[in-house]
Amino acid sequence: MSEDEELLEVENLRKWFELRKGLFSSPLYVKAVDGVSFKLKKGEAISLVGESGSGKTTLGKTILRLYEPTGGTIKIKGRDITHLKSNELMWYRRETALIEQDPYGALPSFFSIHRILEEPLIIHKFGNAEERRKRVREVLEEVRLTPIEDFAPKYPHMLSGGQLQRVAIARALTLRPELVVADEPVSMLDASVRIEILNLLRELQEKRKISFIYITHDLTTTKYFSEKLFIMYAGKIVEIGDMLKVVHNPLHPYTEALLKAIPDPDPRNREILRDVPPGEPPNLVNPPSGCRFHPRCPYKMDICQKEEPPVFEPENGRFVLCWLHAKK
Amino acid sequence: MENAAAEYSIKGILKQLLTYKSGVFGISLLVLLILISVYTMITIPYSTAIELWRGGENVWIENPRNAQPTWIRYLGKNLPETIKRDSTQAGRVGTIKVLTPIPERNMKLLHISFSFDYEYDDFPSEINIFFTSKYNTSAPLLRIYWIKPSGTKINLMTYIPRSQEERLSLSINPTVSNRLYAYTVNVLGGEPQVPLLVEQAMFAMEDETMNSTLTATPMKGKYELIIEGTLYGEDSDVDAKLIVYGKVYGLAGTDHLRRDLTVALLWGTPIALSFGLTASLTISLLQLLIATISGYYGGKVDSAIQRLTEGYMILPFLPFLILIATFYRLDIWILLLVIIVLSVFGGGVKSTRALVMQIKEYPYIEAAKAYGASSKRIILLYIIPKILPPIVPGLIGSVPGYVFLEAALSLLGLGDPYLPSWGKIIEDSYAGGALYKGHYYWVLEPASMLILTALAFSFLGFALDKIVNPKLREV
Repeated sequence: MSEDEELLEVENLRKWFELRKGLFSSPLYVKAVDGVSFKLKKGEAISLVGESGSGKTTLGKTILRLYEPTGGTIKIKGRDITHLKSNELMWYRRETALIEQDPYGALPSFFSIHRILEEPLIIHKFGNAEERRKRVREVLEEVRLTPIEDFAPKYPHMLSGGQLQRVAIARALTLRPELVVADEPVSMLDASVRIEILNLLRELQEKRKISFIYITHDLTTTKYFSEKLFIMYAGKIVEIGDMLKVVHNPLHPYTEALLKAIPDPDPRNREILRDVPPGEPPNLVNPPSGCRFHPRCPYKMDICQKEEPPVFEPENGRFVLCWLHAKK
Repeated sequence: MENAAAEYSIKGILKQLLTYKSGVFGISLLVLLILISVYTMITIPYSTAIELWRGGENVWIENPRNAQPTWIRYLGKNLPETIKRDSTQAGRVGTIKVLTPIPERNMKLLHISFSFDYEYDDFPSEINIFFTSKYNTSAPLLRIYWIKPSGTKINLMTYIPRSQEERLSLSINPTVSNRLYAYTVNVLGGEPQVPLLVEQAMFAMEDETMNSTLTATPMKGKYELIIEGTLYGEDSDVDAKLIVYGKVYGLAGTDHLRRDLTVALLWGTPIALSFGLTASLTISLLQLLIATISGYYGGKVDSAIQRLTEGYMILPFLPFLILIATFYRLDIWILLLVIIVLSVFGGGVKSTRALVMQIKEYPYIEAAKAYGASSKRIILLYIIPKILPPIVPGLIGSVPGYVFLEAALSLLGLGDPYLPSWGKIIEDSYAGGALYKGHYYWVLEPASMLILTALAFSFLGFALDKIVNPKLREV
């Protein structure tokens, strides 16, 4: 496989959650992910940014097939895994891994760290006890939980939040996956350990050539990690582009709003009132017609209410779902 | 930082148990009960226990009927113990047997003398003489005399054994009764108000107290029973065994069939423990498994299990159990099985399912799915270890309920037909009118064993509850 080959191809992916099924009425759906398409190269790290409720976590978990997709396709290395049954998915489980938000809840409290790291290996029938122990040592070293002899026999409640997240990262790495989805891996950690964990993730991603989807609501942490930004709003990816370009020249009004909302630590700017778009994120059961951002958009046009914007590519490598860029 | 997870390991729980008084109390009671059980199983094996309990009166013939436990003497009157004299063991204290052949007449003269000191405050309950006779043609002719400490000699009766093994119950023998009545009249110089019982007349003070059964008091001193007889034939022989039954016996007393209650009280312990623990453990663990499957899979499986549970919960458990136990005379282990089958879909399924619904959304379950853990693995290795600690106090606390259930069924006459258990003793005492007759020990002994068991598990349950539900600690 060459460096540039696509690892993951997501095509018009939808995940609708059934809300309730009345006896006579037609069921209602929460359209958490509604028509998402993108490609991910091997060894590429992207950040998926959006406010809570935008469907970014659902997208990540649907890609990992923790949720059954409602529609669309997911292909990994050209193989369609959209509707495979769980027993046919075992190889896919080996290729992928999840790092969760809550390090305190992500590890079973009744297993030792060694056992926690060994579990994926046992499930995938990796080697004998000695080989497994070697692999556990390897990953613990990689996440720098040393001395290993001290950490391996411990239980999760004996470790700090940052250490727990390192164990969770180590667990994600035990099977040497090619695709890792990290769902807000640092949002519950102390500010002091966030950058440390992000740098560690970055380092491991580069070293192991892992394709990485970093899900976050915090734009400021993305710069430590990835060179590409995916902005998600109301179940759709509204902008894709290189990190620096997006940050310096946002194309979608929502991206612009997100950037403006970042708190400024400079005390000289404390008097400046931030221009944040009014309103709440839309109800995903019954999303607005046309462009989903139009009720909050400062540049609203007539067409925005009527027709959903297709993907425009105003610059090379930058994609945006917004009628503002239709003519370019 | 104290984390709840630390307390949920088995080792941690045990360590913490010893920091609570109720925990220490519960554990020591439980250890005591377990020691009793082990001792019982070793010293009185199952077959021996059944034999002792169901062997009929011959096994216990030398025991007094409805005797109180011996230690009751320290609380009040000096009640009599059972006195035994056996002529085959002639030479021992108070036992003389002389057999004199009469030359050329093919006859022998027999002289047996049993003597004993009687220093008790109450009359014996019954007096029996057991004869073992050996003869060819003619049965021996025996005369029985009774000598009181005052020197009075009473000719009780002339007795001819009709078979090789015979029991002479002096207490209910009409001849003896008549002779003693005549003796009473002689002492009083007139008819008594209420004629004395045989054993009373034999042991009573020779004064006006002999007037009534209520006033009669035992005479203390040396008593003697003499059996004189003529035996016919070369190798003829007669041996006698005198048993003066007391009013106390052993550690626990006896029941209406002279059975030693210690056997049943001891055997009741392993039965109660194994019955209660097995029922509670099996039912709780099966409910746990069913609830986990129901909560984890959800959908149709969940609906089916929940509807079934609701159906089960409506079923009247006890009437159903009584119905089954009445139709099929069940032994205790089959009964246990029926109880388990009738309870697996109980209320526990509902409460545990609620816990599972919560736990299955934990991130670590999702992580496990992400690395490919199967549903079976998630249920057994990821969910059950998490819910087990909080349900353990309930599990331990529900043991007495099943012990009581067994006792209640025994009381209704539906328990195991052979095994001696605490419930069985209570049933016997109830049928024997124990409280009406004042045999309080008969009811109180099994009842206190039941209470002791209940206390052991309840205290343990309370302590465990405090450990796994830290909110209760401040109360």
